[in-house]
Parts: sequence; C-alpha cells; structure tokens
Amino acid sequence: MVNTGFTTIYWRDMIRYVRFKTLLISSLVQPALWMAFFGIAMSASFDRLTTTVPTIPGVPAVGYLTFMGAGVIAMTTLFTSLFGGITILFDKNWGLMREIMASPVPREHIIFGIALSGMTKSFIQAVIIMVFGLFLGAQFFNGYTIPETFIAILGILLFVGTFSLGFLFLSAAISVSLESPEGLQGIITLLTMPIFFASNALYPIDAFPEVLQIISRINPLTYLVIGIRYFAVGDDFQSIGVHYTATSGDILVSYAALVIFALIMFSVAWWRFKKAVVT
Amino acid sequence: MNDTIIEVQGLEHRYGNFTAVDGISFSVKKGEIFSFLGPNGAGKSTAINVLTTLLRLQKGSARIAGFDLATSPGKIRESIGIVFQEVTLDRDMTCWEILEFHGRLYGMPRDERRARIDELLSLVQLETKKDALTKHLSGGMKRRLEIARGLMTRPKVLFLDEPTIGLDPQTRMRMWEYIKQVNREGTTIFLTTHYMDEADLLSDRISIIDHGKIIITGRSWELKNMLGEDLIYLETSDNDAAKDILRDMAGISEIRTKSRGLILVVNEDGTRLLPSIMEHLRTRGVTVTTVNLKKPSMDDVFVHFTGKELRDEGPEKPSVAASRSRRGRK
Repeated sequence: MVNTGFTTIYWRDMIRYVRFKTLLISSLVQPALWMAFFGIAMSASFDRLTTTVPTIPGVPAVGYLTFMGAGVIAMTTLFTSLFGGITILFDKNWGLMREIMASPVPREHIIFGIALSGMTKSFIQAVIIMVFGLFLGAQFFNGYTIPETFIAILGILLFVGTFSLGFLFLSAAISVSLESPEGLQGIITLLTMPIFFASNALYPIDAFPEVLQIISRINPLTYLVIGIRYFAVGDDFQSIGVHYTATSGDILVSYAALVIFALIMFSVAWWRFKKAVVT
Repeated sequence: MNDTIIEVQGLEHRYGNFTAVDGISFSVKKGEIFSFLGPNGAGKSTAINVLTTLLRLQKGSARIAGFDLATSPGKIRESIGIVFQEVTLDRDMTCWEILEFHGRLYGMPRDERRARIDELLSLVQLETKKDALTKHLSGGMKRRLEIARGLMTRPKVLFLDEPTIGLDPQTRMRMWEYIKQVNREGTTIFLTTHYMDEADLLSDRISIIDHGKIIITGRSWELKNMLGEDLIYLETSDNDAAKDILRDMAGISEIRTKSRGLILVVNEDGTRLLPSIMEHLRTRGVTVTTVNLKKPSMDDVFVHFTGKELRDEGPEKPSVAASRSRRGRK
C-alpha cells in the first residue's frame, strides 16, 4: 500500500492554520500591509527620483510599486517558509512529535507534509498580494490576454512553490535540531537580513559593491524575484532607470537554481530527521 | 513460545556513560497485564522508549508480536499502541480529529477508521466530547482519549507509561477499570508505574526494576509470599533487646529495624504467633507499647527486594541529568 502519511501531516497542519484565527488573519493581512504602506511610500519617493533619470526609448516603463510587488511576494514567501517548520519545534516541545515518530509514517513524509502546508500558505499569500497589488495600481499582467494571465499566475506559483519548499526544508531541518522556538527565531532573524536585502527584491543589484553582488547572485531569493518579474511584468521593461530583459533561457536557469536549492535543502532536512531522536 | 508476545534478552541502554537500562531480560505472555514497578529514574521509561522504537536498540535483543526489534522496527510500530507518560494531545484539535489523525498516520482505511473512532469514543465514554477541543477536557478525559488513541489500530500490545500519573484517586480507579476491560477484550498490556497499588491491583505479573535492573519478577501474591505470611510491627521499650530476644524464635523469618520499631516477617499465621511473641518479650522484661499485624503489601515487597522505600515523588521529568543525580546520591 502506498503510504500517504504526508497528506495526514498536511491535513493536521492546515486544520491548525485555519483554526488559529489571529494567525490566519495576520498572515493574510501582513503582506497586504507591506504593499499598502511600504509599497506606496517607497514608490512615491522612487517614482519622483526616477523622473530625473532619462528613460530608455522604446522600452515600456513600469512604476516602482509594480517593480517591488514582485519583491513583496518573494519576501512574504521567504518569511512564511522560514517559519513554516516551527510546527515541528512546538510538536517536539509538547511531546506531540512522539506520536508521529512512533508511527509507521516514514520520516520524509513529515518533512513533505509540513512543506506542502507551508507551500499552500505561500500560494494563498502570493495571490492576495497580486490581487491587492492590482487594486493599489501595480501594473501586473499589463496587456496580457486572459490565457496569458493564467499562464503567468501558474508560472509565479511554480517559482513561489519551489522556492518555498527549499526554505521550508531548511526550516524543518533547523526545527528538528533545536530545542526552543526562541532559537529558531534568532536563526531566522540572522538569515532573513542578508537574504532579503542582498537581493534584487527592492532595488536593482547592478549598483551593489562586488561582494554584495556575489551574495545576491547565489541568493535563491534573487532567482525567485527574476521569475516573478518575468511572469508578472514581462521579459523587457525598465524601472527606476534600469533596463530588465529576460529570455526563456534565463528563466530556466533561474528555475533550475531554485530546484537545486530545494534539493540541497531537502537532503539537509532528511539527514537531520534521520538523526533526530524524539522521546 | 507461541504464547509469548514480548521476549527481551539482555537489553541495555546508555546515555553517554550513564547506564539507564542495565541488561534486562523478561518475557510477557499474550493476554497478560505486565508491569514494570520502580522508582522514578529506574529506567522504566527508557526501556519503554527502546521497545516502542523511539530510542535506537543499542544492546540486547527483543521480539515483540513476532517481530525482531533490530530488523523490523516498522512491523513492530504497526503492531503496538502507546500511551505516553505526559499528555501528548494537540490542545487545538478535537477528540475526533485526534483519533482520525492517528488512524490516518497508521494508514487505516477510511471506513474502518470512522467506525473504530465511534467504537472507541463510546468505550471511553467520550461520545459527547467528540467535537470538543482537547484543551477543554479534564485530566481523566484526556487520559481516556489517549487510551482510545492507543487502541485505535487494534494493537496486539498496548504500552502504558505511568498511565494514572497526576490523576485523582477516583479517576485512577476508573482508569484501571478501562485498562482491565481493554485487557479482557484481548489486548496484552505492558505498563510502567511507580505506584504500588497500581502494579498490585492491575497486573498479572510484576517486574520490580531499580537502577536499570530487574530485581525480581512474579505474580503479586508470589512476591508477597516470598516475604512470609504476615508482617508484625512492634514498638517496645527496648527495640535492640527485643530484636535479640526474638532472633531465634520459631516462626519469625526476618527482623527489620525501623526508625521507631521492628518489623517481624513471620512465616506462619501471625494472629496465632502474636500472643506468644508478646508473652516472650514480657517475661524478658521488654514492654510492648505498640503492635500492628498486617499482610505484606506491595510496598513491603518493594522495600524487601530493593532495600529502600519507594517515595512518591510526583510527576516525573525523565531527564538524563535527573537520573544521573539520583544515581549519584546512592
């Protein structure tokens, strides 16, 4: 019989997600607030500054809100995924993990179950940001036909999903190795800073010093943002004076980078889970 | 061989250089209620964790429900149910969800699962709490739900780690009734406890365990009979003299000194022996101030075989450090 243990883990985690109303609502409202406050404030400043930058003729220009919208989707996915493994830590501390560890469910199913529910949450948030972004005036899917929009959304979700899996695996690996939620909190804070700011989420990386550029090029978040911008904005546009182009080859490379990242993170998680003793 | 469901040989488990379980061997027969009785830190939980596959088998061998612990832990997992020492219920799930989750973890088909949930909720009398979150249950209800969960997959052996710890006396007695009922319906039960009365009233056979070793195994009455027929407690004007006087008296097999008196272990009917003991002491000038006669209890058995009282230390927090310091104090 095919073991479907991961669907059981997934089912339980989703029950908890919808049951904790404050958690649910804050996770849905938080990305919208980023768009509303940070997005509007920053785009007002950037758009005023970029009026002084000469535009490249013949290339469609998009406002900063559109540019950073992709970054907000990426950032939200990053945060949600890094915290996604915390269930494991709570389960361990409350003794609930023992029931699972003593059951015939293979350990990789625990990782998959938690990762799938984290991915679902990221999908929901990504869609909310897109809808709310459009409402605020972001030019997502500008000039797309309905089938094109549909494909673009699928493409975004594919990138978001793969990226979130990578960080959920990492989060699961850290959680199963740690003793306290405070420890996870600390590690996440340490990780999010460089990952978020040494990336192309909020600004172009071309102007970075060389070291930061290198970091941003090995940063999975950069590849996620490249993918989201490609699908949401297009393969040839300019924003804040920088010309962005992307071929389907570039997109494949970016996606491959995310897949490799997710695979590495899965092996780390798998190794940590094999070693984990929960009593 | 066929009626043995748990067979353990030379099981040993170490944490670093602390030996928590020190080469224990025992067997449990199909349909039995078998207890590990011992103080906190004796190695009971460690043993149960190894047998239920939560801790890796380090040394020794074990067969449970026909499967080898070293080679088929997965098969063993499918054949056993576990009720852990601490409450391990998700506070934010309903009773029904707890059981549904467990059934799904073990790959039970949907129809069988749903039928089993109804059956078990009525067994532990929680039908009305089906959709209640577990955080709203009383301590006894939580324990009953956990027993139901342990039985969800119709296990051949149910492991109960300190099943009535922290429950009030009435709830404990009801728990014992549930456990007996489950056993009558054919489930073999392995339980650990540090409560004398629990081991005594509930189990068919008991292993007294201390410092990771099994000290003795037997039926409750067998263990008690090893102590002789009756125990006589005396307080006298001169306990040392009384001890000397009674040392060679027929019918007394052992004299133990307590803080204020003596315990005489007698191997014949104490009610008939007592008058001659009193007479004997009086003629030798020792005055008896207090006398008490009783049948040996599990406590007496425990003291006899381990040489110490089993203190009820309340909820146990099984940590290596705690067991180490307990060990160090010895």
